[in-house]
Amino acid sequence: MTGFERIAAAFAACRAEGRAALVTYVMGGDPDHATSRAMALACAEGGADLLEIGMPFSDPIADGPVIQLAAERSLAAGTRAADVLRLAAEVRRATPVPIALMGYVNPLLSYGEERFLADAEAAGVDALILPDLPPEEAEGLREKARARGIALVNLLAPTSTPERRRQACATAGGFVYLVSVTGVTGARSELAEGLPALVSAVRAESPVPVVVGFGVSAPAQARTLAPLADGVVVGSAIVRRIAEGGSRTARAARVRRFVASLRRAVARP
Amino acid sequence: MSTLPDARGRFGPYGGRFVPETLIPALDELSAAWDEARRDPAFQAELDALLARFAGRPTPLSDARRFSAEVGGCQVVLKREDLCHTGAHKINNTLGQVLLARRMGKRRIIAETGAGQHGVATATAAALFGLPCDVFMGALDVERQALNVFRMQLLGARVVPVQAGSRTLKDAMNEAIRDWVTHVRDTHYIIGSVAGPHPYPALVRDLQAVIGREARAQVVERCGRLPDAVVACVGGGSNAMGIFSAFLDDAAVRLVGVEAAGHGLDTGKHGAALALGRPGVLHGSRSYVLQTADGQIAEAHSISAGLDYPGVGPELSWLKDQGRLTLAQATDDEALEALQYLAGTEGIIPALESAHAVAEARKLARALGPGGLLLLNVSGRGDKDVEHVRRALAERAARPARRKAAGKRGPPRRRPPGKAKRARGTR
Repeated sequence: MTGFERIAAAFAACRAEGRAALVTYVMGGDPDHATSRAMALACAEGGADLLEIGMPFSDPIADGPVIQLAAERSLAAGTRAADVLRLAAEVRRATPVPIALMGYVNPLLSYGEERFLADAEAAGVDALILPDLPPEEAEGLREKARARGIALVNLLAPTSTPERRRQACATAGGFVYLVSVTGVTGARSELAEGLPALVSAVRAESPVPVVVGFGVSAPAQARTLAPLADGVVVGSAIVRRIAEGGSRTARAARVRRFVASLRRAVARP
Repeated sequence: MSTLPDARGRFGPYGGRFVPETLIPALDELSAAWDEARRDPAFQAELDALLARFAGRPTPLSDARRFSAEVGGCQVVLKREDLCHTGAHKINNTLGQVLLARRMGKRRIIAETGAGQHGVATATAAALFGLPCDVFMGALDVERQALNVFRMQLLGARVVPVQAGSRTLKDAMNEAIRDWVTHVRDTHYIIGSVAGPHPYPALVRDLQAVIGREARAQVVERCGRLPDAVVACVGGGSNAMGIFSAFLDDAAVRLVGVEAAGHGLDTGKHGAALALGRPGVLHGSRSYVLQTADGQIAEAHSISAGLDYPGVGPELSWLKDQGRLTLAQATDDEALEALQYLAGTEGIIPALESAHAVAEARKLARALGPGGLLLLNVSGRGDKDVEHVRRALAERAARPARRKAAGKRGPPRRRPPGKAKRARGTR
């Protein structure tokens, strides 16, 4: 099964249940390899439909403080790109939930594009999300990833022009990641104004599911978004719960509980 | 004149736009606005008038007569960007970009700063036009450069200390980008160097090209010919690209970029991205970058905060690959010595950044010999550095006598001080 197929099947299953997909994020290697694996699996057990695993970078320009600190913890623990790929492989063996790696382009270039994609394919990675690689810089990587069954996910923002929306939808693979706010990752108390119109405009054009992320931190927000979008992404709010500390078991229980509450929220009434 | 970058903002394989989608429309808007403004005589006239009546342009070309005599007769001329308002070439760029921001209807200015020179120049331009201005500065730099922080505050800017990462310039730039992502609709981000996503490397180069245009005409008028070499320090590269841009087509003119060797190139504590970095992506463009084997950005080191940056502009990266750029380096100690040298021989205290170029110019002028002609860009003045220099010299004076004597005269030391200390200890 290719990454494209696994992702499509996951969204189709959600649609069949009449609900939006829940996409969760944890930083690979935060605060250490084994704990981050337990956290990703706790997300899956809590009902996540797609797992994003962060690849730490020293200069994460699209991330707010919560994920910045997670990256610092992960790097301090010695996490390297190869470790995140190994983590993905371990998660893949434990759960059939699709896996997307999310990170920045420099570590990937440093690892070597072809080598990274080969190792990601072998690990069972289904998609890549690279916020500092807009579509115009991504064409080479997109083709190479596609050849290995891995989707390079296009991101759209509230500032994207109609022309850019069309182009991003035309080349979209896996799903489209709609950034809900002009801003970086992290919790917001309210959803952006005009978001419903933006989501429906992108959904009307996109041949693949549209997920909404950045700033979604509570079940209530997920509940508001679920009827509008194909999926809802929650990142910083989960990372923050991991960073609250405690034993691995305690953290896993906390994450599982939180993800389950989000999962209930994305079920359409 | 350079015909690069191409339509995608590429200088060969370098440059481009590696930033979040949210910013791409703003970069398109900025590219379009600059294309239009640079061809608009009214805009150019307004900028020229500001440069003349506010910034103090044209800056003079000074004859460095005692310098020339001391190095054996090579004629040395100094482009005096240190005489610009606010003390460095940075104002050329910030005045142009504030005009551009106003033209685009932006109501707020942000900038990043290391030592504070670009921050002061931005705060100055923002004050002149009555625009609110936030300057992001690494928390460590805020402590180290308290005086410049106060200058910016006097000029009405808000200085935002950045606690993330290494708490220096690269982190300040990350935070400025994050702020811009958040407030992109009404805010213009004034990048201070020829770095960042397209169109910044071209925009900042074009605004700094006035240095080269003036200098080339001045040197030809004064000396009747082009120089054999043009020497400039390189951090991100704005003063270097500013002066080099006028000489790119003059194949016989050697363009010498001097990077910070910090404690020494073999110590890992330096800022020599062109010499020792690998191509990578930092702050929105592809260029040479100091990074770990795993692609994490490395921390740079230099005694001068302006050269304390792990990246470098994409056009300089391309000029290096093309063989058009001659690379050189100066250590912290060599820069300190060169600062004192220029002060003592020419009555000019250069910025620590510019002092790196002075150090290399001394060596090169000696090699060129009588009949040679060397143009040196004094990109800024050292007023901001005097306290720092005083402390650094006091620390060095307290070190063991043998190394002090070795550093006093003669050929440049190959062995960096830190290394020498360790070697002596282990033998």
